[in-house]
Amino acid sequence: MITYSFLQHYWWFIISLLGGLLAFLLFVQGGQSMLFSLAKTEDERRLLVNTLGRKWEFTFTTLVTFGGAFFASFPLFYSTSFGGAYWVWMIILFCFTLQAVSYEFQSKPGNVFGKNTYRTFLFVNGLLGTFLIGVAIATFFTGSDFVVNKNNITQQFAPVISSWGNEWHGLEALLNVRNLSLGLAVFFLARSLAVLFFINRLNHETLEARSRKFLWYNAIPFVVFFLTFVIWTLLSDGFAVNPETGVVSLEEYKYFTNLIEMPIILAAFLLGVVAVLTGVVGTWISSKFKKGIWFAGIGTVITVCSLLLSVGYNNTAYYPATPDLQSSLTIFNSSSSEFTLNAMSIVSLIIPVVLAYIFYAWRSMEKNRIDLEDVNNDHHAY
Amino acid sequence: MELLDATLVNWSRAQFAMTAMYHWLFVPLTLGLGVIMSIMETLYVRTGDEAWKKATKFWMTLFGVNFAIGVATGIILEFEFGTNWSNYSWFVGDIFGAPLAIEGIMAFFMEATFISIMFFGWNKVGKKFHLASTWLTVTGATLSALWILVANAWMQYPAGMTFNPDTVRNEMTDFWSILLSPVAINKFFHTVLSGWVMGALFVVGVSSWFLLKKRETDFALKSILVGAIFGLASSLLIAYTGDGSAYQVTQKQPMKLAAMEGLYEGKTGAGLVAIGILNPSKESFNDTVNPYLFKIEIPKMLSMLGYRDAEAYVPGIRNIIEGGYETKNGTALSFEEKQARGKAAVQALADYKKAVSAKDSIAATLYKSKLDENYAHFGYGYLDKPEDLIPNVPMVFYSFHIMVMLGMYFIGLFAIVLFFTFRKRIQNAAWLLLICLLSIPLGYIAGELGWVVAEVGRQPWAIQDILPVQAAISNISSDSVKITFFLFLVLFSGLLLAEVRIMIRQIKKGPENH
Ligand code: HDD
Ligand code: HEM
Ligand code: HEM
Repeated sequence: MITYSFLQHYWWFIISLLGGLLAFLLFVQGGQSMLFSLAKTEDERRLLVNTLGRKWEFTFTTLVTFGGAFFASFPLFYSTSFGGAYWVWMIILFCFTLQAVSYEFQSKPGNVFGKNTYRTFLFVNGLLGTFLIGVAIATFFTGSDFVVNKNNITQQFAPVISSWGNEWHGLEALLNVRNLSLGLAVFFLARSLAVLFFINRLNHETLEARSRKFLWYNAIPFVVFFLTFVIWTLLSDGFAVNPETGVVSLEEYKYFTNLIEMPIILAAFLLGVVAVLTGVVGTWISSKFKKGIWFAGIGTVITVCSLLLSVGYNNTAYYPATPDLQSSLTIFNSSSSEFTLNAMSIVSLIIPVVLAYIFYAWRSMEKNRIDLEDVNNDHHAY
Repeated sequence: MELLDATLVNWSRAQFAMTAMYHWLFVPLTLGLGVIMSIMETLYVRTGDEAWKKATKFWMTLFGVNFAIGVATGIILEFEFGTNWSNYSWFVGDIFGAPLAIEGIMAFFMEATFISIMFFGWNKVGKKFHLASTWLTVTGATLSALWILVANAWMQYPAGMTFNPDTVRNEMTDFWSILLSPVAINKFFHTVLSGWVMGALFVVGVSSWFLLKKRETDFALKSILVGAIFGLASSLLIAYTGDGSAYQVTQKQPMKLAAMEGLYEGKTGAGLVAIGILNPSKESFNDTVNPYLFKIEIPKMLSMLGYRDAEAYVPGIRNIIEGGYETKNGTALSFEEKQARGKAAVQALADYKKAVSAKDSIAATLYKSKLDENYAHFGYGYLDKPEDLIPNVPMVFYSFHIMVMLGMYFIGLFAIVLFFTFRKRIQNAAWLLLICLLSIPLGYIAGELGWVVAEVGRQPWAIQDILPVQAAISNISSDSVKITFFLFLVLFSGLLLAEVRIMIRQIKKGPENH
């Protein structure tokens, strides 16, 4: 039976899946943040730019689609979080705007600002894009300072239904150490994935050797920050919803309980973590092993997806409001109508087709590793 | 409370308008140039003539530069619905979010995937697969136009929904009537065609420059031929769909039509203003000042176009505010009556919510039916005075008339260019080549003005009759919006400057060096 509740859970799954894919694809940003450190010469930098430059559209489009899908399925989140945590989202958007032109423009004559400016844009996007998205997602677990009152719509002179509690409009999330630890975890994860991606794609000995070194510098901090966040979260109170009354309350070890009560998600989470570690450790152990990106990438998708599932499922408020718990958003009180979710679910059936052509296109373009000669022969190279 | 603070509303509007207008500088060329380069690549695959391949690659490079900045401005727009129009996002998100999501899933991924094959795949995939990728890139772009225009058309003419007082929002009840609404269909064709006209103007104009410089003659003549045929067809169709747009506006947004024509006093057998100058000393809808300093009218044409009946009555701004004339759906209400209904609807909603929380189901049913009765005018409950209902007349009037004149001009231009091309005289007609070159900016102007007509003309409504802009807002300080406005203004202007210079350099390099 397709009930309203089933559709709400289905759409939370789609959002979580898109979130997982986005986390994986942020390797493009991770790579951008190393343009000035991993690459030492102009040739090396050019090679990195061109390797990433064939993939950036996917990350960008996934971000756009993540936003669109969230809007269609949980509009109250769209209106509360974007309108409330205004500054965090604006900074994220701003640095993605910088990215969108930087590949295409950097090597073209007449680009006004010069190659290095555009590369700096890429660097800024790599730094802030990953870190701030991580911080924003962490607030799903730690809560934010807002109130929602739908009845306000009848106040002729103040009809706005969601309001943020402070003037920092989202930047206050940076004061919470747990948020910072997820931000940093995402940042270092993106960089680790980028390194694995380079090892897989590049045909360049120096860069490959250096990439292997860089894997240490990034994977270790990633593990540290990630574990900090996960353990802290599992030990913290969580925001539980009473399924009968819809009342939100703080519950001890809520996220830990969620994993125990949803063993499939727990298994997926662990599997994902193991896959990420396999990718990383395998690359360390054997210099012939170049498929680390696939293990770590798929692992990332699964881990992030299951983390997001655990914060939305099992009667949990996924976007908690700290000043007024009852304003917290759950997948039930923030979703679209049953009709819309149904219609959108039919549309979502084409997602496998989309994934299939992406996979096919990716394969047909990536038969060989990229080297400088490749870049120099390509009339559209950046 | 900062709310209903006119400064905040105005800065939010300014920010959205600025981002949208920047976005619209790039989108039309993506749509138009995309089709033209796909046609050229098809000719290459069909004939095997390397000259077509060279031409394709040349236009493709320009496409890429333009595309990147279009994407950059688009992402801001999408999230601005949330950041700056947060109430809107909840109030209509149930309907409005869907096309945006479908756009991402269906269109943007198609574009993103195949564009990389299009750019980097020349030596990696077969000819046919490459050609298919080029067409799929353009198809993706056009589909993205479709979905966003469906969303926009719905704001102009809300359909397929019902208001749910429990969730305090509008909910979708009929997907197809949203997708297939006559406004959406018309808007899609008119707007995509405007992109095609833009693409044709660009190709013809740039090729004319080569001819003027006596460079790349063969390439330029080939491009002009494709561009001019495509341009003539598109510009004829744009006039046709433009008429369709005006017809829809007349039916669904009479105030917008009145503003487009500067029509204050209604008439039967109303004429269409061909050329006119408005009287700046007209201050109010009910003063006796003649709204025009000067005008040339085509008799009965407005009634004809708007109602398909030369004698039909077209209400003016004053009539729409005062009501009392006959329409298809009975006698028109005055502003005060609509406002009273709007206030009754808003109050009934408040009472309904109180009754529900007091668990008084009898009262709740009563208020619910009162709300349903008055819901069609819900948005009027937020308005203060009749003047709130009137958009900026001069802006809409001049934008509309300039757009239409440019539309007529483009038809003529493409026809003449084609004539000279077939007569093989175009290389020698320097005056015509110069005109073509100088006409490129006119395409941009026509398109931007079209949007000004559509968007400024629907003020004060974010959603026609249901939600005025001041109730659509987010609760942020106007200073925050001011800062982001200037941040984006500086960023986009800087990028635009870079884009234009890159384009010019790429053009000067010519097709040989691509
Ligand atoms: C090259 C650009 C271009 C040209 C030559 C024209 N238009 Fe246009 N017009 C547009 C580009 C455009 C547009 C940018 O695509 C708009 C903005 C919103 C929309 O739906 O399309 C538009 C809107 C628009 C509207 C308002 C629709 C609404 O409010 O929803 C009307 C009534 C017309 N047009 C009518 C015409 C007529 C009668 C033309 C005569 C030839 C014409 N347009 C030429
Ligand atoms: C890309 C082409 C577009 C251009 C150039 C454009 C232009 C404008 C302009 C000039 C305004 C300001 C009107 C005013 O406040 O007086 C505006 C407002 C707005 N437009 Fe558009 N528009 C475009 C497309 C769209 C689309 C496709 C949508 C919806 C899907 C949309 C939604 C809005 C909204 C929500 C506002 C703010 C509220 C308002 O002022 O009405 N626009 N736009
Ligand atoms: C105001 C509402 C609009 C929003 C929210 C919006 C959103 C976006 C976004 C997010 C992108 C980037 C997609 C990517 O990742 O590739 C984009 C690009 C694009 N949009 Fe819009 N858009 C709007 C108006 C329009 C209109 C009115 C059209 C056409 C009629 C249009 C057509 C396109 C096209 C063709 C692209 C491809 C890139 C390019 O601009 O060259 N958009 N838009």
